[in-house]
Amino acid sequence: MSTLVEVRDLVKTYGEGDTATPVLKGLNLTLDAGELAALLGPSGSGKSTLLTILGTLMKPTSGQHLMLDQDLTSADDRELTEFRNRHIGFVFQFHHLLPDFTALENVIFPTAVKAGRETAAARARGRELLDRVGLGNRMEYLATQLSGGQKQRVAIARALMNQPELVLADEPTGNLDRESATQVMDLIGEINRQEETSFLISTHDERIAEICRRQIRVLDGSVG
Amino acid sequence: MLYGLKIATRYLTANKAQTGLLITGVAVGVFVFIFMSALIGGLAVFLVQRTVGDIAHVTMEAPSRDASALLPENSGLLIVRQRDTTQLELLRTADAFIPLIEATPGVSAVSPQIVGNGFLVRGQATAPVGVTGVQPDKVSAIANIGRNIRAGSTDLNSSNVLLGTSLAEDLGLRVGQVVRLRSANGLELPLVVGGLFELGLDALDSRSAFVSLSVARTLFDAPQGISRLEIKLDDLNQAENYARQLAADTGLEAKPWTEGNAQLLDGLRAQANSGNLIKGFALITIVIGVASALLLSTYRRRPEIGIMRAMGATQGFVIFVFVTQGTMIGLLGGLIGAGLGYAALSPFPLPEVAPQGGLPIDVRQGAYDLAVTLTTIGAILASILPARAAARVDPVSVIGQ
Repeated sequence: MSTLVEVRDLVKTYGEGDTATPVLKGLNLTLDAGELAALLGPSGSGKSTLLTILGTLMKPTSGQHLMLDQDLTSADDRELTEFRNRHIGFVFQFHHLLPDFTALENVIFPTAVKAGRETAAARARGRELLDRVGLGNRMEYLATQLSGGQKQRVAIARALMNQPELVLADEPTGNLDRESATQVMDLIGEINRQEETSFLISTHDERIAEICRRQIRVLDGSVG
Repeated sequence: MLYGLKIATRYLTANKAQTGLLITGVAVGVFVFIFMSALIGGLAVFLVQRTVGDIAHVTMEAPSRDASALLPENSGLLIVRQRDTTQLELLRTADAFIPLIEATPGVSAVSPQIVGNGFLVRGQATAPVGVTGVQPDKVSAIANIGRNIRAGSTDLNSSNVLLGTSLAEDLGLRVGQVVRLRSANGLELPLVVGGLFELGLDALDSRSAFVSLSVARTLFDAPQGISRLEIKLDDLNQAENYARQLAADTGLEAKPWTEGNAQLLDGLRAQANSGNLIKGFALITIVIGVASALLLSTYRRRPEIGIMRAMGATQGFVIFVFVTQGTMIGLLGGLIGAGLGYAALSPFPLPEVAPQGGLPIDVRQGAYDLAVTLTTIGAILASILPARAAARVDPVSVIGQ
């Protein structure tokens, strides 16, 4: 399998001078295309910071971040925004849907914001994705009218909208009951197998980690 | 940017009560702006109408003749002949200019006149008068005598005279009675009182007499020419421009009405400045209201903005969404305020016909387009600060909330 993401000697330090707090301390990691990997580690180990940097939402203090053979370390905000929109999907612990928009509108947001309008093709793909996550009958429901599990499935559909190579999921089941969590993980596994989309899932839950084919443990700012 | 427009619209319609209040606030500000424009403008029309409505907007006269020198300039002595004040200074070439002036766009009336001083004599009683000789068909062209006639008619012929009511009262005259009009150079004519007018200006009502141009020619011994041309304009505020243009076109002296009414103009300017100040405050209130409401909205929607940024929305997109909200609030509030303003001010009579003691509101001077434009621009400017704050939201800091 080809390399999708590679980080070399990644350092992230919050604050400066006496208050400087190093979180990532020369972390090295490679993710291949089509991987389903769990990111494990205790609180404060640097999992969320790593996920944020891989998602191009934050820049490392030093080190190199490559994805799809592009060096993202030196890219500016606009380039990173465009890259993120095209190649990376996010699923957060708190679904973070836009509350005043319907399930379908939330799903097609990444495509519409890039195109500047909601195209018929985008709506068709949004419907297809909502069907796939089992919410074909909830497309026109406002986000606030959905249950927690349904919201998270909408968030997964949204993450897949632009057919990204990598989906970063931060505790995607952390806010769900067991049944909903199982449904969400089954869905992630199915998409990973069928579409070869890479998933990197940050979790504390060993059961979730066992579903993933690879477990990456982060300890004290580096991969253990 | 259709999608940005959709997001902005959705944000505004998502909280109808807050948006409604905000638009109402803007509309009230615009209403105040329009009300002040209509009131200040109406007041100006009312005052100008009452004070200068019956005088010429531009007056063209023969240049004053200098006293003639009796010795050559280089003689070392200056001996001049005293000016003969009984001799009228006449425009002898006016007939050539009248068609040109009448054809000038914006000129509503031109009245050639012979003016001079004289006395009305009735028995032992005499009263000094300013005599104005006019063409019979133009008797109401400058001072609206026709509208203000109180007795008799405005028909002028070679044997009658029109007098102000105060003057007629002083001499005990009624319509149909005969009075003698004596000019300053001693010529005297018996004339029948044809009509009595009351213009509301003491200078005209108690000291003027209108006669036909032919009577004035006889009275002032002016068989040719005229002493002045009085001109009325469609827009009296343009008098200075027209005076300059007419003076340049004809080579004659042209005086705008503003030259003799500096105090009135100062008063009108002060009044307009006060109105502009109040309108300025209304605009500032709108800007502060829109800015604070959008700042609040920005703060409330920080997590959503963070998610949008994470999903690929650029900073420019976020700015567009919030500036569009400000634009729509300003435009909607402006249009509603302008509509309400027009509806509320329309029942008021125009200042030209406003009753004594009434509010001289001029619905035509509401400055509706200016109010809507300034409000929209103000709302756009007001939204820039919240929009920039929204664009600076760090997705990382809000996603975890």
